Amino acid sequence: MRLPLPEREVMTPGHLACQGCGAALTMRLALKALGPRTVLSIPACCWSVIDGPFPHSTVNVPLFHTAFETAASTASGIRAAFEILGKEDVNVVAWAGDGGTYDIGIQALSGAAERNDNIIYICYDNEAYMNTGIQRSAATPLGAWTTTTPVKHPKSEPKKDMVSILAAHRIPYIATATIAYPEDLVRKLERAKETKGTKFILILSPCPPGWKTRPEDTVKLSRLAVQSRVFPLLEIENGEKWILNMNIKKPVPVVEYLKLQGRFRHLKEEDIQRIQEYVDKEWERILKRCGLA
Amino acid sequence: MRKVLMGNHALSYGATLSRVQVIAAYPITPQTQVVELLSEIVADGKLKAKFIRVESEHSAMAACIGASAAGARAFTATSAQGLALMHEMLHWAVGARTPIVLGNINRAMAPPWTIWTEQNDSLSQRDTGWMQVYCQNNQEVLDSVIQAYKVSERVLLPTMIVLDAFVLSHTYEVVDIPEQEKVDEYLPPYNPPYKLDPDEPHAFGGLTGPDGYFELRYIIEKAMEESREVWRETGKEFGEVFGREYGLTEEYKTGDAEFLIVASATIASTARVAVDVMREKGKKVGLLRIRVIRPFPFDEVRECLKGRKKVLVIDRNVSFGFGGIFYQEVKSAMYNEEHRPPIFGIITGLGGRDVRVEDIMEMVEDVERREKPEDIIWKGVRV
Ligand SMILES: Cc1ncc(C[n+]2csc(CCOP(=O)(O)OP(=O)(O)O)c2C)c(N)n1
Ligand SMILES: [Mg+2]
Repeated sequence: MRLPLPEREVMTPGHLACQGCGAALTMRLALKALGPRTVLSIPACCWSVIDGPFPHSTVNVPLFHTAFETAASTASGIRAAFEILGKEDVNVVAWAGDGGTYDIGIQALSGAAERNDNIIYICYDNEAYMNTGIQRSAATPLGAWTTTTPVKHPKSEPKKDMVSILAAHRIPYIATATIAYPEDLVRKLERAKETKGTKFILILSPCPPGWKTRPEDTVKLSRLAVQSRVFPLLEIENGEKWILNMNIKKPVPVVEYLKLQGRFRHLKEEDIQRIQEYVDKEWERILKRCGLA
Repeated sequence: MRKVLMGNHALSYGATLSRVQVIAAYPITPQTQVVELLSEIVADGKLKAKFIRVESEHSAMAACIGASAAGARAFTATSAQGLALMHEMLHWAVGARTPIVLGNINRAMAPPWTIWTEQNDSLSQRDTGWMQVYCQNNQEVLDSVIQAYKVSERVLLPTMIVLDAFVLSHTYEVVDIPEQEKVDEYLPPYNPPYKLDPDEPHAFGGLTGPDGYFELRYIIEKAMEESREVWRETGKEFGEVFGREYGLTEEYKTGDAEFLIVASATIASTARVAVDVMREKGKKVGLLRIRVIRPFPFDEVRECLKGRKKVLVIDRNVSFGFGGIFYQEVKSAMYNEEHRPPIFGIITGLGGRDVRVEDIMEMVEDVERREKPEDIIWKGVRV
């Protein structure tokens, strides 16, 4: 049997992530797919620390640290420079957390997407502002605890539907992925590499300290998120053609995913029921959009 | 070739002649013509550049920084609210050592909404580490863009070219447009020592603690200090190649002047006429125009102010709670000098209120009557 993953390692050992960090594994897999001819634009987020303090760097590709809300706009500038300098064979990648994507960076991202700038925008989604100590973001799911949504008042709004927002921009390629399905993740990044225009890849990245989970459960949680229909694996072409990569016919109950995470420990049965209903409703919407309803 | 150009188009021509490679900009009155003309020039293929029509000034500066870090010559232009929105990224451009050139049309800050000239927008960015050039005519605007790239790329600090809203931005003047070949000789292509290059991967701007940050700031200050001589040198060389020499400051009839006016931008051009009129009446008046305020021209200012009977600094700006900003700076530059003249500060023309030759003559008379310097003297305010 041959593993359908590139053998090459671009990222080197020595990163500063916590044990079991989904975002570190995400980068390792992404760079396997993207290869060394890649430039990263990274805004304020955990990854601005994970890469290591100056002068160390673990990614082994050029990395430009930029301001919190400028992952996309900095990447657009880098791409424009490479175009004018005749360096066409480089992947220009904006690599941002959910806060830098769903919240403060959405304007720059929308601008780049509307212009269809030739960049790959990767959001590693750990569902809160982890760098600053687990505050709520627009990507934090319904019912979750964070330091700004304390157990007395956990998050009362569902996660922002970022994928649909990007789809409404009609960019050529959008995909979701998790580290539990690395061949799927790698294939999607390879596809993004070959596609011209703005590509948006959303990768769920469990965070043990932020989610209050065991480090060894990171991959398991990533798989459960898919199997419980909480995080559907999707591809969207030109904002119009929605493809469900894994149609989960027999879903794991959402509670199985939630109960491994301390951030949901305060939930009562009826809260969990509400979350299950929300997930079911969202799944129906996805099926409809994928023409599977 | 001589052409009649508005100040805004002088910026566009300066950028074109400098062969900028990436332009990222967002429109704001009174800057729009800068980017409109550049869009056309790029679309016509007369300039090999990428024009990114960003969705905000914050993104404009971020894109310029990315482009510059990747090895391209980058340009943008803005004004007032747009410059304020860029603030975070102005710091970034300095820390990242990206030699971007930015044209800023001096416009007063809102509220209330207004579009007329005042220097508070650019002077609020004084401590970001950008070099700042205040222009007195459209020729100087065009020439300064070319010179700025030469200086910026040498010392790896960005430059802001500043011109007064409407008084220059929308006023047409005859401008000599240098030949492209001569500009190419004067300004070599941009080739930074470190850039985003997959063949030589580096991380830029990674986490730095108290162990290293201090030194990085020291190096920026050293680059600023070095830039003084670079401005002088390149300004002189500009004169040799194009016939128009520039310094950090410019003196007018200062030789025997007992009374010295210090001013910047177009108030300085008006003051020049006032000096002529007053000289005809036998007054020994002279003018020192401050062209570059960062780096601050300590030597030029000290040398020029030495031994004057009275000095008047005119400011079209105000640091609330302190006074005129050029006044503060000139005064503090003189504090440790042996022969410091009394220095008076006048604030005038805020929000684009006209400052005429007569007004400047009245200011001089007012200061002549006064015994002791005062920190803020208001001229022309109706209260
Ligand atoms: C303009 C600005 N506001 C706030 C911050 C502080 N800040 C740095 S990282 C961060 C949270 C990042 O969250 P996310 O994008 O989700 O990435 P994560 O830390 O979770 O990896 C915040 C609020 C900042 N750097 N810049
Ligand atoms: Mg996050």
